[in-house]
Amino acid sequence: MEEQESGIIKKFIYVNRKAPHGTIYAHEALEVVLIAAAFEQDVALAFIDDGVYQLKKGQNTDGIATKNFSKTFGALDMYDVEKLYVEKESLEARGLSEEDLSVDVEILPASDLKNLFNESEVFFNF
Amino acid sequence: MKFGVLINEGPYQHQASDSAYKFIEAAIAEGHEIYRVFFYHDGVNNGTRLATPPQDDRHIPNRWTELAEKHNLDLVLCVAAAQRRGMVDQGEMERNKKDANNIADKFRISGLGQLIEAGIQADRMITFGD
Repeated sequence: MEEQESGIIKKFIYVNRKAPHGTIYAHEALEVVLIAAAFEQDVALAFIDDGVYQLKKGQNTDGIATKNFSKTFGALDMYDVEKLYVEKESLEARGLSEEDLSVDVEILPASDLKNLFNESEVFFNF
Repeated sequence: MKFGVLINEGPYQHQASDSAYKFIEAAIAEGHEIYRVFFYHDGVNNGTRLATPPQDDRHIPNRWTELAEKHNLDLVLCVAAAQRRGMVDQGEMERNKKDANNIADKFRISGLGQLIEAGIQADRMITFGD
């Protein structure tokens, strides 16, 4: 693992906007988060738009021969990635609720997420 | 200001690489510094030296090489994304026992840590892609 020794700690936010399958963005975004954990930054993840589907319980990718990386979200706390935010409006628009999600998250309205984004220093969106 | 640039889309298919190129040209012209250009997802395909676009079209990989030569840019292809998509330098060729390499001059292959480091060191991280 590469280690960052700059001593600088910034607020990173990873905004996941896309469905987990169909394109590779979500899968490769999660790879960024896992590598980034070694840098001991202040990390938060947000899930908006179709990105909320990434956290959907009970995914099974057998039929499309892609990796079911949804299980990795449950292991993020071992990487000290503990701040997961889901946009309320995105969940509701898709008929989903907190019980449909595979991990513990904080559900926030878009207005609160906007504040969170404004406070972040390094913004990655996938 | 010091900028980090992330390019997430391949050449020709998408405008992201063109827009990033124009952004970097303009930023340098205004006296800003480019800390690093990191290519991720299909963006790694910008680093192929085997592209042969029609003569009346821009040559995107060559254009990156030339811009990097002119301004000493650090062009980095993500190793994990590159391995998936068959972007190979001499080291990767030997390590993975491939029969060829295809990386253009001035590009290098390295880890995602280089992206995170750019986020830490740059004043602003700019993403080009969908």
